[in-house]
Amino acid sequence: MTDYTPSEFMIASSSRALAGERIVFVGVGLPNIACNLAKRTVSPELELVYESGVFGARPERLPLSIGDPTLVSGAKSVCSSADLFSLYLQAGRIEVAFLGAAQIDRFGNLNTTVIGDYNKPKVRLPGSGGACEIAIHAQKIFMIARLTKRTFVEKLDFCTSPGYLSGRKGERAELGIPGSGPQLVVTDMAIFGFDPESNEMVLNFLRPGVSVEEVRDKISWPIKVARNIQDSDPPTAEELRLIREELDPDRIYSK
Amino acid sequence: MKIVSMKEAISKNVHDGDTIAIEGFTAFICSAAAHEIIRQGRCDLTLCRMTPDLVYDQMIAAGCAKKLVFSYAGNPGVGPLHCIRRAVEKAQPCPLEIEEYSHYGMICRYVAGSSGLPFYPLHSYLGSDLPRVNPKIRFVQNPYGKDRISVVPPLNPDVTIIHAQRADSNGNTQLWGFLGVQKEAAFAAKHVIVVVEEIVDEAVIRSDPNLTVIPQLIVDAVVLQPHGAHPSYVQGYYDRDNQFYLEWDRISRDQEKVKEWLDEWIYGIEDWGDYLNKIEKREPSIWERLAPGENLSQPLNYGLYASGEVNND
Repeated sequence: MTDYTPSEFMIASSSRALAGERIVFVGVGLPNIACNLAKRTVSPELELVYESGVFGARPERLPLSIGDPTLVSGAKSVCSSADLFSLYLQAGRIEVAFLGAAQIDRFGNLNTTVIGDYNKPKVRLPGSGGACEIAIHAQKIFMIARLTKRTFVEKLDFCTSPGYLSGRKGERAELGIPGSGPQLVVTDMAIFGFDPESNEMVLNFLRPGVSVEEVRDKISWPIKVARNIQDSDPPTAEELRLIREELDPDRIYSK
Repeated sequence: MKIVSMKEAISKNVHDGDTIAIEGFTAFICSAAAHEIIRQGRCDLTLCRMTPDLVYDQMIAAGCAKKLVFSYAGNPGVGPLHCIRRAVEKAQPCPLEIEEYSHYGMICRYVAGSSGLPFYPLHSYLGSDLPRVNPKIRFVQNPYGKDRISVVPPLNPDVTIIHAQRADSNGNTQLWGFLGVQKEAAFAAKHVIVVVEEIVDEAVIRSDPNLTVIPQLIVDAVVLQPHGAHPSYVQGYYDRDNQFYLEWDRISRDQEKVKEWLDEWIYGIEDWGDYLNKIEKREPSIWERLAPGENLSQPLNYGLYASGEVNND
């Protein structure tokens, strides 16, 4: 079997989850590689939308930031920030969006604002960016994060972007949130979904070689484990070739 | 004719205590203007920008700001903005008040400000803690339905500063690539400074008026400053100097190193021309390294519709 890194596992697993999707809201870093990999494998018709105002991007290199002009050159359309957030996102045209966070709780609520008290922060994080409205308007949310107790917390210090809130069924809809919420959490050790009844995160797939106990050790709450838990398929030779030769040749994100 | 030096543009338009927006969504970031504001010792500024980036990190480290209005404070693609973190976490070098939104919240503040509205509705903040820490984010009853919707107030900077590819001498400014929120931020401001890579004839502007994002109507000063957005990108002109973004990550971790950097690269020199001389001396081939290849758009036909030239027979 081919050797692969935990990051390559995350990229390949996220990419496969985009099979059948048409419009994805991409972030820089791992999601960007995953979406571009999906376009070359499971989802050739996938349209990449970047927060900076691009529809149908065809980046020739790994973007250095969300404002990298490589996203503009060769794109199908470029628009203002106001148009991107209103006409594309708020109007419900984004099918899937990727989000990451410093803290995630069992209901997929996300903190990217602050560790500690808001007014006396231990660590001041970057803030929402577009995440708050992305979490509300994208039809589905996929999350990418490394599995650590610091990230997968019992209680968020601050809720920047709503997942399933308290977990009560129908709470999102009652508040008027149109998107259906978090569907998938891809980590370096395992892949999680959400239980449709309790809205709680469920361990569905393990990276081959990782045990349930190892995953439990990295999560601050007693994680629910699917009855039919399986090993995830490892990245294929072709996926690894695309990641290493075309998408991240300098191995910035996939090492 | 509105062309002035950066020194004059800043000294005339930017005053202590002003609310300033240097906009450009992680591209077209006008370091030349930010450095001149620092050099002229402006203080008590309220700095507004969706993505504060290195320029506001530097201005905050230099003590220019009393308040930051923003939606994402990171060193894009690299990590945190350490000076802003020190100011918020430890009040170093001085306390910094913050007022934060989501990206769309910031955009809507500029939209309200630019179009003369008392507030602007956006479908956001549901279930988020942001309204709890920012009382300016409020919810109102939808007058046409049963739901409630969040609103944000207008943002009207005293001065908005925009970096663009080109303008004519009256300030008709053309921008291509990421349009960001520059148009709204400029129309919302009392005064506008545009900083450009090139000054072109009005005829060039008129040859492609769809490209004009900011008209002379709202422009107070035009500054010609090639490479004025270094180390950021300007579409078609130069790439991001990523080495500097990484270097800033190291420098900015230590307030003493930041002070040395400000002394060497801002206080110790006259203007942006000196700054460019310094970076070119350090790396003579820098602009070759950052030059993008050529990728021309197809010319298009706007048509001629002069009277008397159409034969209707």
